[in-house]
Amino acid sequence: MIDKRVASLAQALEGIADGSTVMIGGFGAVGQPDALVDALAELGIKGLTIVANNAGWSAETGIPRLMDLGLVRKIICSFPKGSTVFRELYLAGKIELELVPQGTLAERIRCGGAGVPAFYTPTSVGTPLADGKEHRDFDGRTYVMERALRADVALIEAWKADRWGNLSYRGSGRNFNPIMAMAATLTIAQANEVSTDPIDPEAVVTPGIFINRVVQVESRVEALLAAQRQA
Amino acid sequence: MNQSVNKTTASQPEAGKVDRDAVARRLARDVEEGWYVNLGVGMPTKVADMIDGDKEVVFHSENGILGMGPGPAPDAIDPWLVNAGKKAVTLLPGSSLFHHGDSFAMIRGGHIDLCVLGAFEVAQNGDLANWTTSSDELLPAVGGAMDLAVGAKRVWVLMQHTAREGEPKLVEKCKYPLTAPGAVDRVYTELGVFEIIDGRFSIIELANGVSFEQVQALTGAPLHGN
Repeated sequence: MIDKRVASLAQALEGIADGSTVMIGGFGAVGQPDALVDALAELGIKGLTIVANNAGWSAETGIPRLMDLGLVRKIICSFPKGSTVFRELYLAGKIELELVPQGTLAERIRCGGAGVPAFYTPTSVGTPLADGKEHRDFDGRTYVMERALRADVALIEAWKADRWGNLSYRGSGRNFNPIMAMAATLTIAQANEVSTDPIDPEAVVTPGIFINRVVQVESRVEALLAAQRQA
Repeated sequence: MNQSVNKTTASQPEAGKVDRDAVARRLARDVEEGWYVNLGVGMPTKVADMIDGDKEVVFHSENGILGMGPGPAPDAIDPWLVNAGKKAVTLLPGSSLFHHGDSFAMIRGGHIDLCVLGAFEVAQNGDLANWTTSSDELLPAVGGAMDLAVGAKRVWVLMQHTAREGEPKLVEKCKYPLTAPGAVDRVYTELGVFEIIDGRFSIIELANGVSFEQVQALTGAPLHGN
């Protein structure tokens, strides 16, 4: 019987090695799998490359917590502002940043999951972010080549999960989660609700084929509201 | 509807007391029924509240919302629903939710009718600089600005006419690193509305009480009548 549910965060994160590339879902606080990220920080796995839209917002939790513990070597993201921990480390030269336009980041991840090694996009042509990249004209317009992104591990958050690993989301919580779920060797989802009953197939957003493990974690409403107040 | 930039502001633009709501309201007048519109963070977000009630406009948020409504009452906040500025929003009838791959396919794929962005500089050829003020900025961030600038059917810039110290923001050539070349179609400021046609700024209208000479003096490129 297929059953992707695991009983604890520690079990969910088993087998992650030093030096892994880890995708972390979320846009701001919504959809960010904070319980998984905090548990990862506790494990002390080092030399991580993080792929995420933001560099987090609170020093106590999430990506800044990983950074604060010195576990992150590099972050690939579109908008690292708002994280004092990242700022200090970056200005001190202790962390590497690869800045990627948000839509290019999303498409690099989507392609990583879809078996497409590279693609051409008009985004960033004529800007410093296209420096050193292959350019090519199609139908009279110039595009830049971008490489797909894959990860060893994706940590994602969903609203509901079933034992087959099917996921559904809530509100603006999809963001990077469905595409990151496709782009990693090991995809681990935390969900507010995990059930033995199947999710209605019509309501499944991420099919279970992309998911390796699911763990039940109650959504942290207070943390989400605190992040909204800080925005 | 009246010209919406008030005379006090318009006659003393250097005083720095720009009525930002009035400029947003002026832009909102030109948004057409049925358009799908993305509003950048900051001053452009004001446009959402300025659309006439009889026009149905669908607002897109890059984090996966079409049909975004205004902010909720404090007791009706949904913790799981935020806009691109990470603030609480609501969903209107007919709205939909989707992931980032689809959201930026809408943007890059030319499905968004209008994107309203702020800017540090706009050049007369439509070059847009709005993501960083230096090629070696200490902590750069880009977000979705570059995708929006190249992908939307129309890019309108909503901004104050000059920078804080009075330097022109409408210029011959951007000195800051570009967000996208040749991207901007129109610029709305407290002094008027300007369209980019054939590599130059063409005046669509000037705000009440503003003369051509006044606005030209505060603009870093030649202005042309329409």
